[in-house]
Amino acid sequence: MRYVSLQKDKLPQFVNSLQKKYKVVAPVKKENLFVFATIEDPEEVELDYMPTILPPKKYFLPQHEKLGSFVKDNVAMADTNIDVEPTVLFGAHTCDIEGIECLDIVFHDTPADPYFGRRKKSIIIIGYECMKPCDEYSTCVTMDTLNPRAGYDIMITDIGDKYILYINSPEGMGIIGKNPIFGKVENERDVKTKLLKLREDKVKNFKVQIDADYKELNKIFGTSYNSKTWQDVGKRCVSCGNCTAVCPTCYCFDINDEVKLDMSGGKRERVWDSCQLDEFAMVTGGENFRKERSSRQRHRYYRKFDYSVKKYSKFFCVGCGRCTRTCMADISLIETVNELAKEHKNAK
Amino acid sequence: MQSKLLKKEMTIPADFLYSPRAATIVKTKQMTANEKFFEIKFDDGEPLGHEPGQFIQLSIFGIGEAPVGICSSPTKEDRSTFEVCVRKVGTFTNALHKLDVGDKLGIRGPYGRGFPIDELKGNDVLIVAGGLGIVPLRSLINFIIDRRRDFGNVMILLGCKGPKDRLFTDDMKEWERMLNINYACTVDRADPDWKGNVGVITTLMPGVHIDKNRTYAVVVGPPIMYKFVIAELLKKGLSENQIILSLERRMKCGLGKCGHCQINSVYVCKDGPTFTYAELKGLGEAL
Ligand SMILES: Cc1cc2nc3c(=O)[nH]c(=O)nc-3n(C[C@H](O)[C@H](O)[C@H](O)COP(=O)(O)OP(=O)(O)OC[C@H]3O[C@@H](n4cnc5c(N)ncnc54)[C@H](O)[C@@H]3O)c2cc1C
Ligand code: SF4
Ligand code: SF4
Ligand code: FES
Repeated sequence: MRYVSLQKDKLPQFVNSLQKKYKVVAPVKKENLFVFATIEDPEEVELDYMPTILPPKKYFLPQHEKLGSFVKDNVAMADTNIDVEPTVLFGAHTCDIEGIECLDIVFHDTPADPYFGRRKKSIIIIGYECMKPCDEYSTCVTMDTLNPRAGYDIMITDIGDKYILYINSPEGMGIIGKNPIFGKVENERDVKTKLLKLREDKVKNFKVQIDADYKELNKIFGTSYNSKTWQDVGKRCVSCGNCTAVCPTCYCFDINDEVKLDMSGGKRERVWDSCQLDEFAMVTGGENFRKERSSRQRHRYYRKFDYSVKKYSKFFCVGCGRCTRTCMADISLIETVNELAKEHKNAK
Repeated sequence: MQSKLLKKEMTIPADFLYSPRAATIVKTKQMTANEKFFEIKFDDGEPLGHEPGQFIQLSIFGIGEAPVGICSSPTKEDRSTFEVCVRKVGTFTNALHKLDVGDKLGIRGPYGRGFPIDELKGNDVLIVAGGLGIVPLRSLINFIIDRRRDFGNVMILLGCKGPKDRLFTDDMKEWERMLNINYACTVDRADPDWKGNVGVITTLMPGVHIDKNRTYAVVVGPPIMYKFVIAELLKKGLSENQIILSLERRMKCGLGKCGHCQINSVYVCKDGPTFTYAELKGLGEAL
């Protein structure tokens, strides 16, 4: 059994059954935007949602992660435990799941990171497939993240009259189990064919977003290091660091100590940092290896489209569009990459 | 979701990564107005087990961490201790300078890729140190002295701002006396008592005669020095693979994760800090 069906009106019941055993985090409405939050009432879950302000990376790599605590006059850590409640991440889009996959590669690269590892193990991922485009900023078609690939336990697909759930792991199977709210799928082959057809059709609703092919993207960056585009982008960027905070695949961090008020001890934690900030690559004496905003913007793009390919054979842009949506200087990923693509073509 | 990559994680003790090991300062020496030397011993008596060119993260809880090079050789007589020399420049280093014999501190590491000792063996070695660059190079120099027969000719060129800024003056006296080492030192600005060379480090280069077919140059110093020294070395006929450098970058994790030390797709903390010039030449932002 890899597929089950679910009547649409039973979705809250499904969520409710999850809540009995897990903390459930899901997209909910916040003013006119969406965020991932712990839900109390299953009715809060909004499956028809735009990419959330922050991606679900906050559950895997929290903005503040305690690495350990210390007590006064001691130079070894007192404890390095972290509490991770068994959690279900419910309704994650395929682009965001791909983002978690990217983090997974980084944090399991030697030396593997036990904090990320413990969180990853404790979080069950239930995805929800997009059937229509969210807005003009996402590039999931170009980045090939529109359809489910890997990295989830269960994938929910809306096939019109009901949902089909694809079970992708033993943990996913554990959740579906013998729960009577799910319907049996008579012919798995038929469902598979139906889903494939659905995916072929839905792509037609999405317009092609970047003027270059997935396969061509990396080549474009191969010739763009000294492009004048970086100067243009650098001139507009105000180095606020919002684009990296909202990016599902940005993971740079700082390490800080926090001392208790009574000075009896404290904790050492890692905190999200941003390569867009002026002092990120600065060393004592004032030497700064990415002093110009243009070089810092280039660095951000190259970490998505070039360095990650060299290091992990993978694009680290999952096409969610958040960086463009959040940028107060109106720097658009699509425009930037299109500009580079144009230059690349002209140079040929 | 269980990670597909989980197997690798199992091999790393979960609490090891960011936990400093307890150590105690067993000796200190104020070397200059701003630089202080520390000899350190792990409380469990274990040796550090480093290679020349590697670095460690020093930790003082409540203040933070700082990466520093190791200036002693793993061949040192008393293997249970190791040495660092730290310049006072900011929050952490000021706190460190207040510590003295008997005080405890935390250590992570050793990290990074050291100098390519195996390749240097059997060859001539030209060592060029500018300013604090002598810190990791002292580890290499003392290693070579302890294994002298494994190496060919050895030349040491040292540059510092002024006579009072010279570090490891006791070592220098010895290097100067040794017959099987060529040693020269220059200062940017002399004082009345200084009888040696005056001028930036490249002024020593014309006097250096090397066999370009069997010489490796190991160069560590401030970024500005690299440009000039590399140009001189290439002029002398060394290939890009025979020039070895060590880079300083901002570092937080030392584990190839936090992104601070990244140049292009290279992580200085893990892939370096030592590199051949050939490896760095094509990398934007490296030199
Ligand atoms: C591989 C390596 C080896 C080093 N070896 C030595 C050595 O042997 N002796 C020595 O005196 N110094 C060495 N340094 C430099 C030393 O790490 C910095 O001087 C120190 O981190 C400054 O910290 P601070 O808090 O005193 O200064 P502040 O200026 O107050 O530092 C503020 C922050 O900036 C970061 N930072 C500033 N400069 C550097 C830097 N150069 N590298 C990394 N992080 C930095 C620190 O992490 C700190 O959090 C080395 C650096 C690297 C990367
Ligand atoms: S969000 Fe925009 S302005 Fe802010 S750092 Fe990123 S690109 Fe620059
Ligand atoms: S670079 Fe922008 S579009 Fe790409 S994954 Fe990051 S936030 Fe999303
Ligand atoms: S110091 Fe963190 S990646 Fe190198």
